Amino acid sequence: MHAPGSQPKKRLLRLRLNGRWREDAVAERELLVDYLREVAHLTGVKSGCDGGECGACTVLIDGEAVPSCITLAVRCEGRHIETIESLATQGRLSRLQRAFHEKLGTQCGFCTPGMIMAAAALLRHNATPTESEIRVALSGNLCRCTGYVKIIESVQAAVEKPHDC
Amino acid sequence: MSTSLGELRLVQPSTVKEAVAARFEHPGSRFIAGGTDLIVNMRRGIIRSDLLVDLSGIDELTEITTDGLDVTIGAGVTLAALAHNSEIAGRYRALAQAAEAIAAPGHRVIGTVGGNLCLDTRCIYYNQSEWWRSAHAYCLKNRGDVCHVAPQGKRCHAAFAGDLAPALLVLGAEIDIASAQGVRRIPLSELYVEDGKAHLALADGELLVALHLPLNPPPSGYAKVRLRGAIDFPLAGVAVALAASGPNVNSLRIALTGTNSRPFLVAGTEPFAGRPIDEKLLHELDRLVQKQVQPMRTTIASANYRRIAAAALTRRLVKKLFAEGAA
Repeated sequence: MHAPGSQPKKRLLRLRLNGRWREDAVAERELLVDYLREVAHLTGVKSGCDGGECGACTVLIDGEAVPSCITLAVRCEGRHIETIESLATQGRLSRLQRAFHEKLGTQCGFCTPGMIMAAAALLRHNATPTESEIRVALSGNLCRCTGYVKIIESVQAAVEKPHDC
Repeated sequence: MSTSLGELRLVQPSTVKEAVAARFEHPGSRFIAGGTDLIVNMRRGIIRSDLLVDLSGIDELTEITTDGLDVTIGAGVTLAALAHNSEIAGRYRALAQAAEAIAAPGHRVIGTVGGNLCLDTRCIYYNQSEWWRSAHAYCLKNRGDVCHVAPQGKRCHAAFAGDLAPALLVLGAEIDIASAQGVRRIPLSELYVEDGKAHLALADGELLVALHLPLNPPPSGYAKVRLRGAIDFPLAGVAVALAASGPNVNSLRIALTGTNSRPFLVAGTEPFAGRPIDEKLLHELDRLVQKQVQPMRTTIASANYRRIAAAALTRRLVKKLFAEGAA
């Protein structure tokens, strides 16, 4: 732990965040989840277990769903980071977000951003996933409310209406 | 759980030579590959380091190549890349199955082969937050004097829980280890030691850079039991490589993970060669595995459950591989 009052060493971090390049002075020990929430103020990224076990902090790094709580921010230099905030355009929810809303895929909502980002990564690689492929893609995301059935149905609903954005 | 890391610097070399030199120059530094285990452990305060040598920018570590002699897999190849490689899946099914069974997709896209082989050992008294460990009196593996799992014993019993190692052991893998002095090549089995506190036979600053697999291995498979089916370390994991001719065993290799402080090849399978694969043989295999595993109270599941599960997994996997071979 650094001594009280001492300043942690910082470096300039340049990355593309939700489509826009930005630069920030970031401590080398800063985790991506803390950078996103505290520096970029993207609080849709949730901090859950802090140990890569629950998936609430899932974001996309170059299109792959990754837990941001076990990722050092400075290792994302030059990468494209996408959070839940990137999905809605001009106030209109994405089809995945709409599906989660309409099919009751969200209850308390804490796991929802991570679930949707993991599902978004899946749909980019595989536009028509089977139920078991959806289950595998979301296997790193815990939900303590829904029992997962409604979440799986929500992703399936988004798959069935690909053009309804 | 501790929420932030201590003071930390990150150096990002682009070659193995630079990485090894950086690690050599800074005693107390650590290599970081995917970080899916290291960062968690650092957040919990069970691993401390003020300088990390980042291996993710070293291109030479991320290659899978084949020549006339063997297949070489770089230590920086991600678990997802390994699981999705059709040549690996075709030739070394145990390895692809083991890679696919590690954690969740989000860990597999950043976690690496080298990281999984050098995974820290695990224990219910070790993988805990600082306040939990301090409240229970620190254990032998971390700041304490006594192993809470076996207080009378002299060593740490934390269990190795990497999934790739048993698959690679039955497939006959060798590894390249780089250091400031050069590169040495050893059988993978020589990497591991039956001591939860010092389970890797690596000198300070040595780096596992690649592994080599023989080109024509027998059919193989991997299976594991875990608490959380979607994403968990193995309570017991078993890899089997079985060559059969007709109804008989030609060669049989079995390796285990999750039960001991190291992954290991089950000794004494040679006499099964030439024998038919029947219930009698499966029963003997069951006894052999139960005799050699040494699960301790390092997980929430009981040690006895893990012993029985390891044997049952072995039996099932041998039976399955035999049925597939006969089909």
